[in-house]
Amino acid sequence: MSNRTGPVTSADTQREVEQLLYHQAEVLDERRWEEWLDLFTEDGVYWMPASADQKTGEGQPNIFYEDHYLMDMRIRRVEHPYAHSQAAGHRTSHVVSNVMIKSENHASHELVVTSRFHMVEYRLDDLRHFGGKYTHTLIKSDDAYKIKLQRVDLANVEGPFDFVMQVWL
Amino acid sequence: MPLDNYNNLGSLVEPERVHKACYADEKIFEKELENIFYKSWIYIGHESQVPNPGDYWTTWVGRERMIICRDEEGNIHVLYNRCPHRGTLICNNLHGNVPKAFRCPYHAWQFNMDGSLRNVPMKQGYEGIVDLTDPQLQMKRAERQETYRGFVFASLSSDGPSLDEWLGKGARAAFDDICNRSPEGECEIVMNCFRIIQHSNWKIFLENQLDAVHPSITHHSTGDAAAQEQKIYKQKTGEEPPMGYQFLADFTLPYEKWDSLDTIGHPYGHTVLAGYMGLRPKDPITVSHEEALTKAYGVERMDAILSTNVHHVLVYPCLSVQPPLQQLRAVRPLAANKTLTEIWHFRLKGAPEGIYERSLAYYYHVNSPSTMVNADDLNNFRACQDGLSLEGGGDWVSFHRNYGQDPVENGITTSVTGMSEQPMRNMFSSWKEYMSV
Repeated sequence: MSNRTGPVTSADTQREVEQLLYHQAEVLDERRWEEWLDLFTEDGVYWMPASADQKTGEGQPNIFYEDHYLMDMRIRRVEHPYAHSQAAGHRTSHVVSNVMIKSENHASHELVVTSRFHMVEYRLDDLRHFGGKYTHTLIKSDDAYKIKLQRVDLANVEGPFDFVMQVWL
Repeated sequence: MPLDNYNNLGSLVEPERVHKACYADEKIFEKELENIFYKSWIYIGHESQVPNPGDYWTTWVGRERMIICRDEEGNIHVLYNRCPHRGTLICNNLHGNVPKAFRCPYHAWQFNMDGSLRNVPMKQGYEGIVDLTDPQLQMKRAERQETYRGFVFASLSSDGPSLDEWLGKGARAAFDDICNRSPEGECEIVMNCFRIIQHSNWKIFLENQLDAVHPSITHHSTGDAAAQEQKIYKQKTGEEPPMGYQFLADFTLPYEKWDSLDTIGHPYGHTVLAGYMGLRPKDPITVSHEEALTKAYGVERMDAILSTNVHHVLVYPCLSVQPPLQQLRAVRPLAANKTLTEIWHFRLKGAPEGIYERSLAYYYHVNSPSTMVNADDLNNFRACQDGLSLEGGGDWVSFHRNYGQDPVENGITTSVTGMSEQPMRNMFSSWKEYMSV
């Protein structure tokens, strides 16, 4: 089966990539932080630009722009016994869909994948929701794909946001 | 929460305590709009936000919707965002550019950037009835508009002190300290506005900016996480971690450190947090900044500029400025229990890129929508508003800490300790003056 709008990739690759994205959503919702970190390459980056037309995160404002160390710091903070704004609980549920492989480089084993996400977050008796587009740059490491770069374009990127985002979306 | 007597608001502010109604009562909020936000000087934006002719940004003064824009001659105008025809909001997005004139989406009335009516379709319908230059048919301008070093303020009242007089030495320092750090004496806005809504009263935010007791408690988790990661980073890479980690680790400095800071209360409610930061770090970026400033101003002036130790200037009622890192937060009150903050940062013209990177790091770690710092602050604000809105359980907010111990001289109050609640008392004493109670 081939994508109509993208390169011809195997059904196996399509399925593998989809399962990876669903797995990422699951570990995020279940707060399995070590597994979250493990999905990224060592130099992997989670990037949520501050505006839709940004080409890079370097040297300019971003909502999230985190390497392994910053992601690890965030995990330490969110699990800290005195993370006061976490005390009331905070539960999320993600749906990831529209997974399309946009490019595949057979030499470097690099894939660029877009998908759409919609999530709800339950906190303080209230549900808020976010949605947008993921663009993953995946690279094959041993036998599995890992995330070299995850770009998140929020539908409501300009905000305003009530409360902030304590963990990745 | 209805009060017995809205004509006796003075009784709500005692020297060491304030009634919860000041934060929770909607009628009092309306009076604050009337007496504070529509009378004093309110920050609209920076000149560099509208660099080109036709550029505009929209913002708020209280609940009034305003526009800041630049015309073809380069002049900046602050207008009410309202068509004089049927009251339509003319600019319906956050910012943009119009080729020559504003054009109302309803009946295509066109206005020059100074608000004057430029054209109306089918003009003959008005002939002999009303002149198109009549003031009632122009977009209204803010009653007064003044700029200090590129920072544009407006007042919706035709009377009152000038901007210069109102800012005074205390608040002018905010803008001087930013601009002086530029070898060209100017700063330039970075065209990104982070907007965060607080489910709480605007005064709760202002009080938090000058609250030196809370950081090590509220931000305990963030400070610890940052300190831990600093160690890990160094272990794994053998290098010093990025400076941003220290901005976060600093939040868990012990009480004694916060205690050594000074707070200074100026007239009109402006309050400054100052302190001894120790020697300037002699890293290559700082040295390069010193060299650029020395070249521009000479070594003595450079030293005076970089020794200025102002962490935070609260320009009452609606601006929080952190000059050493070029951060600025405009506070837009929308209801007694709802406040919008518009968060900006600046580049220093002519300063080394490394200096901008520090400003950007702070903008990211502390001021962005993913901030680990403000997550816990916002929770506190909301929790305060929830508690203050209760009918029972207590009526007063306590500002007893070090009451009566802060020296006052020539209308300026300094704190006896960094942790004194003097800033809160100072702001409320100004509040009483503004509210004429």
